[in-house]
Parts: sequence; structure tokens; C-alpha cells
Amino acid sequence: MKSTGSQHKKIIVIPCSGIGKAFGSISRDATYEVVENLRKDVTQTLCLALLVSGDQESLQLVRNNKVITVDGCPLQCAEKNVKLAGGNLAGSLRVVDAYKQNRQLKPRGVTFLDNDGQQMALALAEKIANKVDDLLEEQ
Amino acid sequence: MTETPEKKVGIISCSGEECVEGTISRVATRLVLGKLRPNETVTICLPLFLAGGREEREFARDYPTITVDGCDKMCAKVATERYSGEPASSIVVTDLTKNWQCPKLSARRKLDNETLTVTRKVADRIAEQVDDVLRHWV
Repeated sequence: MKSTGSQHKKIIVIPCSGIGKAFGSISRDATYEVVENLRKDVTQTLCLALLVSGDQESLQLVRNNKVITVDGCPLQCAEKNVKLAGGNLAGSLRVVDAYKQNRQLKPRGVTFLDNDGQQMALALAEKIANKVDDLLEEQ
Repeated sequence: MTETPEKKVGIISCSGEECVEGTISRVATRLVLGKLRPNETVTICLPLFLAGGREEREFARDYPTITVDGCDKMCAKVATERYSGEPASSIVVTDLTKNWQCPKLSARRKLDNETLTVTRKVADRIAEQVDDVLRHWV
């Protein structure tokens, strides 16, 4: 990691958490991998539904900090909702991009990710972490 | 969202990324859909519903819904009321865990055994609510 200084503002990572398919669960798991392990000192997540509900604290958070969205499907709800909230969208990642680079993985579990799903989440988490590093370097 | 040919109950779970109760909401909802009441329920993706998903909002207007929220901010319930109408029933996980006098739960990513037990109890409660809605279906 290039920078972990606590003087930096936090980067907000928001997954779509889509509930119907494995890709939504992967977006969520990848986000947790970043905010709890890979870049835990410089990132945090935020409830997407709370943000869209107009919660003032959440709105201020996405407007005053850089935001990376992680979407499970082409509808890109996380990205759209952050834009609608006037958030400082600095990066937008999709699970399908990780899938294209790991086609041998066939994630199926939705409620609980299977092994392939977990591996894809880790691959995606690396991409998110790299994006975090890029953003920190810009600051 | 899947097709809805007959009597179906929509379950709308909060996404709740910040807290363990959000994960409990989500997993409990999935357990109901996949195991406990697979033929009687569908789910609606809350972020899509909030982003203006037309089909999702129409479903929630035309069919009974049960909202499952992790905390007392009740994003799923508030959104359903705002865009589609009063849900038939609503569940707040923190209310249940308080009533059940659960110890503090913390594993929001991978549910530990203790949290999984609570999650199964929440799923059972949702399933009871589904049965109740279907019993009173006019």
C-alpha cells in the first residue's frame, strides 16, 4: 500500500448489495475485504439504502469524501444512487470486470458465497484496493 | 425480480452494509426465499427499488410486502411506504435481538455461529409473517 496516513480523509466504498444474484453478494464481500482488511485504516463503507433515503450524515460523507462504488449488475444502482446524492464519485467498479478476468470461477451461492464466489470477491477487492491507492496518491 | 403469477409476498430487506444487523436482514431474507418459503415469496432489490426501478415499485404496490430492516432507521420500510404503500408487515432486527436479549453481535461479514442462530430465528419470524399475510389474502 502506498499511503496509509490517518491525516487523509477516508475513502468511502459502497457496494450495491444486490440480493437476487451472486454478484451482489460478491460486491458486498469484496467491500468488506477492503474496509476490514486490505485498507482498513483509510476506507469505510456506508449503508446505500440510508444514503438514498436522504440521511444527512450519509449525504455529507459522500459529498466530502471520495467514493468508490462496487456494482453487481449493469443497472449500477450504487453508482447511480451516489450520483443522485451529489456524491464525490471517484471510482466505479463492477463485479463483471472481475468475472471477465477470472472466467474459470463460477460463483453460484447467493446467501452464502461458495468458494468461487469468495475467490472472485478477493480478486475484486484487490482492484478496489488499487483504486484506493491511486486516489490516495492524488490527494 | 422474478415473475409473479399468483399469490406472492415480496420481502424487502435493507442493505445495511454498516452493521451486523444489515447482514442478518439480508441473510434471513435469503433463507426464507431459498429454503423456508421458496414458492410463496420473491425479493425486491432495495437499491434498485430506491433508484426508481419501475417493476419493483409496481410489484410492491400490487402485492403485499414484508420489510426487514436491520436498525430503527428502517430504510426498507420508509422507502416502501414512500414509493409503493404501506407494507403488510415490518420487522426490525434490533427490536427482535433486544427482545431476545441477545449478546452484542459483531460479525457483519461472515456470520459466526451465534449470529447465524439469531439469523435463523429472524428467518423463522419472517416466514411466520408470510404465512399470516397469505392466510389473510383477500
